[in-house]
Amino acid sequence: MMTQIVFYVFAAVLVLSATMVVCARNPVHSVLFLILAFFNAAGLFLIAGAEFLAMTLVIVYVGAVAVLFLFVVMMLDVNFAQMREGVQRYAPIGGVVGGVLLVELIMAFTHWRVASNIGQIRHLVPSSSERTNTAALGDVLYTHYIFLFQSCALVLLVAMIGAIVLTLRDRPTGRRQDIDRQHDRTSADSLEMLQVPLGAGVAAQGGFLRPHTSYDVASVPGSYGTEAWREQQMAEETQTALVVIPPAAGTKGQDNA
Amino acid sequence: MADFFFHTTLGQLLLIVLETLAVLVPLLLGVAYLTLAERKVMAAMQLRKGPNVNGPFGVLQAFADAIKMLTKETVIPSGANRMLFLFAPFLTFSLAMVAWAVIPTGNGLAIANINVGVLYLLAISSLGVYGILIAGWASNSKYAFLGGLRSAAQMVSYEVSIGLVIVSVLLAVGSLNLNDIVLAQRHVWFCLPMFPMFIVFFISALAETNRAPFDLPEGESELVAGFFVEYSALAFGLFFLGEYANMFLMSGMVSILFLGGWLPPLGIAPFTWIPGPLWLIAKILFCLFVFIWVRATFPRYRYDQLMRLGWKVFLPFSLAWMVLSAGFLMVTGLLPGGAG
Repeated sequence: MMTQIVFYVFAAVLVLSATMVVCARNPVHSVLFLILAFFNAAGLFLIAGAEFLAMTLVIVYVGAVAVLFLFVVMMLDVNFAQMREGVQRYAPIGGVVGGVLLVELIMAFTHWRVASNIGQIRHLVPSSSERTNTAALGDVLYTHYIFLFQSCALVLLVAMIGAIVLTLRDRPTGRRQDIDRQHDRTSADSLEMLQVPLGAGVAAQGGFLRPHTSYDVASVPGSYGTEAWREQQMAEETQTALVVIPPAAGTKGQDNA
Repeated sequence: MADFFFHTTLGQLLLIVLETLAVLVPLLLGVAYLTLAERKVMAAMQLRKGPNVNGPFGVLQAFADAIKMLTKETVIPSGANRMLFLFAPFLTFSLAMVAWAVIPTGNGLAIANINVGVLYLLAISSLGVYGILIAGWASNSKYAFLGGLRSAAQMVSYEVSIGLVIVSVLLAVGSLNLNDIVLAQRHVWFCLPMFPMFIVFFISALAETNRAPFDLPEGESELVAGFFVEYSALAFGLFFLGEYANMFLMSGMVSILFLGGWLPPLGIAPFTWIPGPLWLIAKILFCLFVFIWVRATFPRYRYDQLMRLGWKVFLPFSLAWMVLSAGFLMVTGLLPGGAG
């Protein structure tokens, strides 16, 4: 009796918050409702006796994935007036997609068949009194299906490397730090006493008052601040077709409430 | 009497309430006095006196601060998201409290002795970032927002190495139950065979609680006070208490995972006279002292150094240690559990 009441409470809040994810005007509120939905799903797992799944759902989705979601969404500079304009235009398409998904779900559930050889994997299901479901899951993942599990991991690894390859730009102009080099510096090779003539400025030093022997910026092609760097910047700026557009009115603060 | 508590629904509910109070009241008192202890200890380290006006040795300072906090005005900045702004400190504070439900203070002495206790702790501590992130965003202030973002990145980074350290401890225990983790340290505390992991965990705990030398989210020299710059009165007090309660929680985790929880250092006569909960409290207090000691000793990290330490030093190191300890346990046949 108690379990049923708790189940319906969790399920109702889950459905409600899932609806609010779609309906909330503020994207940050959407993400927060999504987190609430995750929590209620974890609660449902707990009722079903799957405490390991419940905890991993909270750790992975709420603790890591949703944090990054929130992180990105909070930094978005969304123009809400513009967003609402598009609603009427995209509503029919969204409705059609939703309708198709609903019909597919109904078809899938009405034709649901339990496989006839289900009895063969009964040994994988924990009889909860003697085995914790952590041990049972570990058994399934790491003993019975280790190769499938490993290939899943490899797919994820490939995706991760792909993301890094696509976004990593190793530009020499970046002012990157080399920790070992910083630690190896001594005053002998980083300090140089210069006799600068009065009123002459630092133009003779290449625009910099900086020891040349230890930190010879000019020798690194494209180093930040050198003449070659400036030329390169100019060339890049004139060649690129990108036009810098000032941010639209309606900043985060005004739309916050 | 015992029959009433253990065999009726009302009695069981009452029992849970009493157990909760038995944990929370000492915890809150401890948090209040930790703020005083921090000021006193730091003062001693810096050859000052610290608070000494209210009561003997300044022991009433904690209450004076609390009363001051309660009588101030709650200021809500214009343009702030009012509901989330007030929700964030409550979230931070209550998360720091609910985690104590699974901390065992003696053999089987926990409010909830659950099978996935470690995962529960990990889940709760990973939620702590929301209070800070929401506070930073809802304040509608750039300083608060930057503080919130910094803290989110920092906590997510160090959680990874905390998770890996916990995995290597769990390998040696063979269970996710906190009670079993302590019992597995009957012969030797894990801080000895896993000394490097103990250090990594402690430093990650410093970063996870936003304590010096990793207190960049607050970074008063560049961000004024970070994510709670706009908070005042009770809301600020809740953040403050939540942060110190989190320090207690992390010290509790260090004590349970590495310092043998409620177990005495040696299982012989003079040590076993002292009851288990007192041992746990002593260990937690020791960890808290080290927290304060570190704050008084080390300068703040630069943000890129912090990220480098988390991702390029701790993560590979704890990963390597995990593989190494798994291999060692496998070869020596010490791997516990097996099919169980």
